[in-house]
Amino acid sequence: MRKYLLKRFLLMFPTLLGVAALIFFIMRVVPGDIVELRMMGDRGSVSAEAVASERIRFGLDRPLWQQFATWLWGVVRLDFGTSMWTGAPIFEEIKLRFALSFQVAIMSTVVAVVLAIPLGVLAALKQDTWVDYAVRIFSTAGLATPSFWLGILFILALLIIFKWLPPMVYTPFWVNPWQNMAQLIWPALTVGYRYSAVATRMTRSAMLEVLREDYIRTARAKGLVEKLILVRHALKNAMLPVLTVVGLEFAFLLGGLVVTEQVFNLNGLGLLFVQAVQHRDYTLVQALVMIVAGFFIIVNFCMDMVYAWIDPRIRYR
Amino acid sequence: MRSLHKSGTLLLALAFAALGFAAAPGWAQDKPRSGGELTFVVPSEPPSYDAHEEETFGVTHPIAPHYSTLLRVDPFDRTGTKPVGDLAESWTISKDGMTYTFKLRKGVKFHDGSEMTSRDVKASYDKILFPPAGIKSMRKLSYASVEAVEAPDPSTVRFRLKWPESSLLLNLASPWNWIYKADILAKDMHWYEKNIMGTGPFKFVEHVRGSHWVGKKNPDYWDKGKPYLDGYRAIFISSSAAQVAAVRGERAHIQFRSFSPPERDSLVQALGPKIAVQESPWDCLNFVSMHHEKKPFDDKRVRRALSLALDRYEGSKALSRITLVKDVGGVQVPGTPYATPPPELEKLAGYGRDIAANRAEAKRLLREAGVPDGFAFTFKNRGIPHPYEHLGIWLIDQWRQIGINVKQEVIEASAYHPMLKRGDFEVAMDFQCGFIVEPDLDLNRFLTTSDANYGKHKDMVIDELFLKQARAVDPEERKRLLRAFEKRLLDEEAHVIYTLQWHRIIPHSAKVRGWTITPSHYLNNQLDTVWLSE
Repeated sequence: MRKYLLKRFLLMFPTLLGVAALIFFIMRVVPGDIVELRMMGDRGSVSAEAVASERIRFGLDRPLWQQFATWLWGVVRLDFGTSMWTGAPIFEEIKLRFALSFQVAIMSTVVAVVLAIPLGVLAALKQDTWVDYAVRIFSTAGLATPSFWLGILFILALLIIFKWLPPMVYTPFWVNPWQNMAQLIWPALTVGYRYSAVATRMTRSAMLEVLREDYIRTARAKGLVEKLILVRHALKNAMLPVLTVVGLEFAFLLGGLVVTEQVFNLNGLGLLFVQAVQHRDYTLVQALVMIVAGFFIIVNFCMDMVYAWIDPRIRYR
Repeated sequence: MRSLHKSGTLLLALAFAALGFAAAPGWAQDKPRSGGELTFVVPSEPPSYDAHEEETFGVTHPIAPHYSTLLRVDPFDRTGTKPVGDLAESWTISKDGMTYTFKLRKGVKFHDGSEMTSRDVKASYDKILFPPAGIKSMRKLSYASVEAVEAPDPSTVRFRLKWPESSLLLNLASPWNWIYKADILAKDMHWYEKNIMGTGPFKFVEHVRGSHWVGKKNPDYWDKGKPYLDGYRAIFISSSAAQVAAVRGERAHIQFRSFSPPERDSLVQALGPKIAVQESPWDCLNFVSMHHEKKPFDDKRVRRALSLALDRYEGSKALSRITLVKDVGGVQVPGTPYATPPPELEKLAGYGRDIAANRAEAKRLLREAGVPDGFAFTFKNRGIPHPYEHLGIWLIDQWRQIGINVKQEVIEASAYHPMLKRGDFEVAMDFQCGFIVEPDLDLNRFLTTSDANYGKHKDMVIDELFLKQARAVDPEERKRLLRAFEKRLLDEEAHVIYTLQWHRIIPHSAKVRGWTITPSHYLNNQLDTVWLSE
């Protein structure tokens, strides 16, 4: 077990190094220049002299390997530098948005899990009945409906029917819980629905597979109570793939809610990501990619630990 | 029947809004009411807080209320071209036009309570005009005529010029030239990039990045009784759908840049008399650049033909319903002091009313230049919906009418400028936005030596005409020179092809009073004259 976890832990570092190199060089290859974009504004032109002096200020005139080494050394010390667009420390830029994105991710996950696990189990138990068909229609519709479109529908419905719009500015939960929920419940429902669709289908198919296993038949033959068989033997084993999906989706939600954040005007990491790419804000994009990649890697590591806890075969391998 | 009813409702709503618009000048006569917080949407966000080194309205919209400028553009002048005093109480210009002397208001205080003097104005202008190494100043080239800024006594500022410059006064009303505190600049020239300290009508409260900006009333503002508002809140919203929703849901009173015609119509239909609409020609323009070093665009007959193919008047009718363009104009925004009178405009190639004759002439020119029927080229356009994509489609259709097949290549917005700069195009959409309608500011990009001369034309006549108009003291003489410049640029040489003037549309809550639209979205953001009716 310890060896298994250590191996998984050590694998995190080469992965992060690969991500760092990849994102650094991709940003340099993509057409567009932070300095020109920032200085040009709406005017449509900027002097070559001004661009040259600004490039020196940002250190963009130095050889690429030097820029990479400097940046990487900063990353190792958890110092991502400052945003080239705003000049503000990247830590500050991200800290502001992280709380919101993290809360939406948690709320969406709760919505998804609360919907997906009972529905998935129910559909598996009632396979090929109207219950199963209803759950499958519900989940297929969730997969087929883009979150942003559902979000727009929510907003239009609130505006037209209730003449009300969610607050435009984020208020932390501990400052004003009502205001906070009034803003975030809608994106959480929107995203949670799509997320639950994926998890419902996964729960259903995993349960169906597990319910056909020999050990379930054995448990039934031994005369175990059906509820116990389902919860202790079937559901626990069926949860492995579901947990993977939930974990990966959760990590994705932190930086991937780009359009939904735009629709609800949420000041989250997804929107920051898009703006950073549009601005060609090298340092900010690199930091965001590293953080999201780091998060994915940590979530994966946690999933590995949960696997080991749930499945003894992994623990004793 | 149902759709008839719906369109009837829309017409009625538009009529309400139009009435609101027509009544707008009357608002100025209402007695302003004090109190309330103005909430407005800003589609962009300030990169830094220092306007001297920035170029985006994301800076001026939320931050301008904290600052004053030496002069400002009259907040009630719809042309946005009339300078009035802000910190300057009065001014004189020497007979030879080489010295401008400004008398400053007394008793103006910075938000920290210290008094503003000529030393602060001089320090701010020195930073703009003569920035030390490592300090960015985006508009210093616009003040090349200024030799020195002097502060002979605490209430006098003097600008000494190297040559007379007709645009200087208006240029000193630039919305970017905020007056900073000399003592702070002496300690740290970068201080204003991250901090606020001005003499404007509102004090800084907070900025939450990506979210909002808040200001509160400055009780010590020099103009007693103003500002009327208790404060303001700028909300940063990049998505245009969310901006519209914010106004429609009455979470915001106004957005100061512009909405598109369909967005205006949807707001008017939804809110009826609760919304007022102000519209103006906009000092922004899309024009077509043709690479003069690539055949056949090195031939002025081909360039003229491409301009002659455009039915600008019909295009205006169709496009103004769906995107941000409207007026057919010359090198200056229609309705402003140096704009081309319509009869003169119609004499330029591609501006005549007889489109059949124009296109016949275009075909003749193409034949004469040896360009075969069905000639094809790639037109590069910027990946921004309004109005680039609409204009791009319109241009392609217009050129098709004279037998030219054009393929459009849309390039992502951030990668567009480097492409222009590399000269990696035959024909491309170019763009510019001005902060004050002034020939010197709008037209210097067409000089041979300009960094923005992406089509790489070389034209000493253009350069000379620009210089002459810039130094012409007599407005009539200046107009004459500008007409010659315009004829050379758009007709004789057709170095570029102007499309249609952008059109600024501001639908706002009918509660917002004391704000007047101008052709520039950089102007009129100090908010000292703005009040809420309820």
